[in-house]
Formats: sequence, C-alpha cells, structure tokens
Amino acid sequence: MKKIKSDGTTYLNPYLGGVILGTVLLLAFYISGRGLGASGAVKNTVAATVNAVAPKHVEHNAYYCQFAGNGKEPMSNWLVYEVLGVLAGAFISGIIFNRLKFKVEHSPKITSRRRLLFALGGGILFGFGTQLARGCTSGAALSGMAVLSLGGYITMIAIFGTAFIAAWIFRKNWI
Amino acid sequence: MVGPIITSGMISPMWDNIFAVIIGMGFGFALEASGFSSSRKIIGTFFGYDFVVVKVFFTAAIVASMGLLYLSYFGLVDYSQLYIQPMFLSGAIVGGIIMGIGFSMGGFCPGTSLCAAAVGKLDGIVFLGGMFIGVFLFSESFPVWEKLYYSGSQGSKTINGAFGISPELFTFILVLVAVGMFYGAAWVQKKVKKVEY
Repeated sequence: MKKIKSDGTTYLNPYLGGVILGTVLLLAFYISGRGLGASGAVKNTVAATVNAVAPKHVEHNAYYCQFAGNGKEPMSNWLVYEVLGVLAGAFISGIIFNRLKFKVEHSPKITSRRRLLFALGGGILFGFGTQLARGCTSGAALSGMAVLSLGGYITMIAIFGTAFIAAWIFRKNWI
Repeated sequence: MVGPIITSGMISPMWDNIFAVIIGMGFGFALEASGFSSSRKIIGTFFGYDFVVVKVFFTAAIVASMGLLYLSYFGLVDYSQLYIQPMFLSGAIVGGIIMGIGFSMGGFCPGTSLCAAAVGKLDGIVFLGGMFIGVFLFSESFPVWEKLYYSGSQGSKTINGAFGISPELFTFILVLVAVGMFYGAAWVQKKVKKVEY
C-alpha cells in the first residue's frame, strides 16, 4: 500500500486489488455458477417500482414483462442481494481507508454543478446502454471474459474503445 | 465439492442469496479499496495518468479465467453448468458504444458508481440516479429498440471457439497480452504529465 492521492488516503496495490476481485469473481462462479453484476439490480428495481405503481402498464410492456408482474419477484433476485453486499463492502472499505465523506469530486477547472450534470447524463446513457447490451462492465464484460464468452469480449472492447475516444471529447471536464 | 455448488444441489438454494450478499461485499470491497470510488482515478486510464482500471480489470480477468480452467481441469467445477450469456451482436456493440460515451461523461460504470455512492461521493449518487432514469427510458421505449435488441443472436459463443483454439491456449495468450499491457501502462504513465487529483 502506498500513498498516491493528495487527500492522504491509501489504496490497495492495483494488482493485489485485481487478484482479490478475480478471486471473488471465481468464487461467484464456483458457488452460484454465475458472474458478478451491477446493472441487473437497477433493472429489477425499476421493473419492481413500475410494477408497484402501474401493474397494468407492466403487463402491456414486453420488456418489464420479462422481469416483473405475473407473480414474479424482481426484488428477490441474486443480483439485488449481491448489490446490497457491494454497497456494504464498499462502505467497509471506506471506513478502513478513511474515505467516508460527502463530497463532489471534480477537476478544479470545472464547477461542482457541471460535474453533477455530466454525472447525471453519463448515468442515463450508461443505464440505457446496459439494457441494450444485456449487462454492464461487470455483468457483461468482466464476467463474460472470465468464461471466455465472445459477447463479453465484444462488449468490453465496445465500452473501452468508445470511452477512449469520448474521453478526448470530454477532456475539459477531466484534465 | 464440485462447483457450482448451488446448481449441483448440495446446498439448499436458499443459501444462494446469502452467498450473493457475501460475494457482493467482496466485490464492493475490492473495487473501493482499489480506488474505483474515484471518478478521476478511473478516468485516468483514458488520459494516461493513472492506469488502475487496466491493472485491476485485466488482473481480475486473468485470475478468474485461469482459476476456472484449473478448477475444471481438477474436476472441481462443471464448466457446462456455468452461466454464459447468449450473445446478441447488435445489442452488445450498440449498447457498448452508448455505455462508453456514458463512461467518459460520467466517470463511472454501474459497479463503481455504487462504490462511490457508498462512501459518500455525491457525483456517484447522481450517476446512480441517472442509471435508473436510463433504464426506465429504455424500458418505456422498448418497442422502438425491440428489433435491435433481438437481432444478431449467436447463442453462447466462446472467443476461443471463434479463433478456433483451445480455451487453455486462448487464456495463455490473454495472460501474455495482459502482462504486455501492464508494462505498456507503466511506460506511458512515466511519459505523461502528472495530474493532481
């Protein structure tokens, strides 16, 4: 562990972090036969919420129908439980490494307001994209790569390739 | 015990959700402790000032790929029982491109925004909120995307199959490529001007 950041907090060596992450992913496959995920829980929460507010609407929507309504329990789902664990695990890490603090992290060259607007826009796009690709960086890309899935590799290349180009467009927000 | 433990029926499926929480905790801890709750650290990969994403992501990928092949070789895991997501080529590419733009705009991906939110980063919480909106918009406009969503179906294809090589050989090449990238990252990082963050 070494100090890298100006705020004085420490991070794990990235290769150690990677080995821990890879081992957790391996355990997920060994125990539950599936990989890690994040966006699936968001999808199930949205489907459950819409189902609670407008059950008739869910019946008529071919997408929600796959996850909610008709006695399905979208909130009693492996990914939902796993994501609750993610929040707890990250919180524990935040305690250990002394990083618990309410703040907006942004480049000194931009305002907090601008950072939050772009975070919102990025979240909307990312959320939308996960549904089209049936998973995110963890569910489709990383977990797919672990089982040598072609789709996982294609999604990974599409995400990182586009992000690399788009980073140049949004560079004024970051550096 | 031959894995996957749950599908093999050795433990009650009820335990699956308990394991899900524990596995999730490991996942969240690994991401946060590696620095993935910081958008400026994550985005450093695209500007060359911090390659933590490349290092953690590809280390995890090779550890898990090799681990599964070893477990399978020693008869400790039934590879055919592992979930491999069926591939829909068009959705994977178009969805990946949209996610990539969102990545550089927002500085997070879904898993890392959860970690950022958990340690109090307001930009992470807002990103997370945006994701709910994005999923909602997709679901509501599903008829528009339905054709794209279901097109290019290829079943559960593997990448080694696409190259016509064995899973072991592919994974070996993957390890070499990853190690090459780690050296490349260290080299680039030395050349690039440091960014204070």
